[in-house]
Amino acid sequence: MMTKPMVQAQNVYKSFGRLEVLKGIDLEVAPQQVFCIVGPSGSGKSTFLRCINHLEKIDAGRLLVDGELVGYHERGGLLHEMREREVAAQRRKIGMVFQSFNLFPHMTVLGNVMEAPMNVKGETKSIVNERAIKLLERVGLKDKINNYPSQLSGGQQQRVAIARALAMEPALMLFDEPTSALDPELVGEVLDVMRKLAEDGMTMIVVTHEMNFAREVGDALVFMDGGVVVESGHPRDVLGNPQHERTKAFLSKVL
Amino acid sequence: MSSHSIEGRPKAIRAVPVRHPGRWVAAGLIAILTIMAIHALITNPRFHWAEQAKYAFDSSVLAGVRTTLMLTFFSMLIGVVLGIILAIMRLSTNPLVSGAAWLYIWVFRGTPVLVQLLVWASLGALFPTLGLGIPFGHVFFSARTFDLIPGLAAALLGLGLNEAAYMSEIVRAGILSVDEGQTEAATALGMTKMLTLRRIVLPQAMRVIVPPTGNETISMLKTTSLVAYVPYYELLFKIQNIYTRTYQVMPMLIMASLWYLAMTSILMTVQYYIERHFSRGSLRALPPTPVQRFRTRFLGISG
Repeated sequence: MMTKPMVQAQNVYKSFGRLEVLKGIDLEVAPQQVFCIVGPSGSGKSTFLRCINHLEKIDAGRLLVDGELVGYHERGGLLHEMREREVAAQRRKIGMVFQSFNLFPHMTVLGNVMEAPMNVKGETKSIVNERAIKLLERVGLKDKINNYPSQLSGGQQQRVAIARALAMEPALMLFDEPTSALDPELVGEVLDVMRKLAEDGMTMIVVTHEMNFAREVGDALVFMDGGVVVESGHPRDVLGNPQHERTKAFLSKVL
Repeated sequence: MSSHSIEGRPKAIRAVPVRHPGRWVAAGLIAILTIMAIHALITNPRFHWAEQAKYAFDSSVLAGVRTTLMLTFFSMLIGVVLGIILAIMRLSTNPLVSGAAWLYIWVFRGTPVLVQLLVWASLGALFPTLGLGIPFGHVFFSARTFDLIPGLAAALLGLGLNEAAYMSEIVRAGILSVDEGQTEAATALGMTKMLTLRRIVLPQAMRVIVPPTGNETISMLKTTSLVAYVPYYELLFKIQNIYTRTYQVMPMLIMASLWYLAMTSILMTVQYYIERHFSRGSLRALPPTPVQRFRTRFLGISG
């Protein structure tokens, strides 16, 4: 059976000024897949992730999510920029979790999770409230719903951030080094939540340095360096038996 | 508790505290100066306390107080609303929009507020009539400027538009103080720029915006006294009316000062509680209110 890919990147280029960060990225993410991106810092993996929900505009190539071009309409062979509202509507289907959590500090945990469904989707409070509490229960923070983010540990904050993204009921979740800012003993609790999410069938793209997580949970993995995909395949193969010299050199340092 | 320690917890430290003779000397000096000041206030008949008391709650003075408060409130309202709009304009990527805001701030911050008040009050000299119509074309409606801009309007325009220039800089600093990651997180959740500004950025910017805004309000309360020269009947204007009749200039000016002090004291209290409100989430525990502090300090009750 041919399933429509969730994310398709075709020859994606992106520069910041004179610095070319992405130099022709090609990849496909299937629905329900856990897709890991690894590579040294500065390899363009975070930038690529940010292109998927149009936080960054790509300069060349095509990027499609769920069969739709990200940020553009294509009419008569011409690309038309989307209006702000249309881009925002596309982003609702894509959840994102940041390295630095970025919880809203002036809102309680519950307020953080309820904010977007209520004010972006316009859902009724009682429905959102119920869903938010269920999500917070799922990430193990039901007893913290009335706390403010500053009263939580890093691991707890990141779990709230995951619940906040899930509250929009996205079809795709992007994780941008979700455990890199955490104390070592707090990494596990966040990875556990992500593992459960993967088991529930969520499509996930995970930029990470957690090779064990990638090996155990990932369905596909790419190794990026210098703005290109150097090597791709099943995490077990790429991590266990790297073919490329650059991959070998990188893995020898992090494993 | 560790079980292997035989003596258990050592005795609490009881050290001889450091003496501060300088503080005692300073306190003594301040006490003497205070007593001298009180003595002068009581024994010098030229303060005319009885006269002051007679006029303190005179109906015309109270009307002046009300007008002063009203001018402060509405001028600040104009200043804050217009200030937010100007701040957003200045952060716009469109150079014409940000340039217009810059020009506004340049003009209104660069000229004295008293001059601005007088200009508004005598705008009729520049434009004898004001009208509404098609630019350079038909005029549907026009009226004499002096009828359209009475003293009150001139006062509010002068104070409010000047304040907006200052407020916009305060608001802009507040907006810029909010971490970029907040906007990114909101954008990733599908929020539009305006929604992000309203729900995420401005509430957090408030923590930076409120303290200087409180100062601006207190400053505005005093600046309203310039309106006496527009002229419009606020507190100082009323007081001047009284002392031109009674020739008790100093007692009346002191009385006016006491009124201004009383009003700014109230505003300072309000400011404290507003700042406390907006520090929610940024501090693990809110600072105690003065009442709570008094209770813990003198009655030994906490919480």
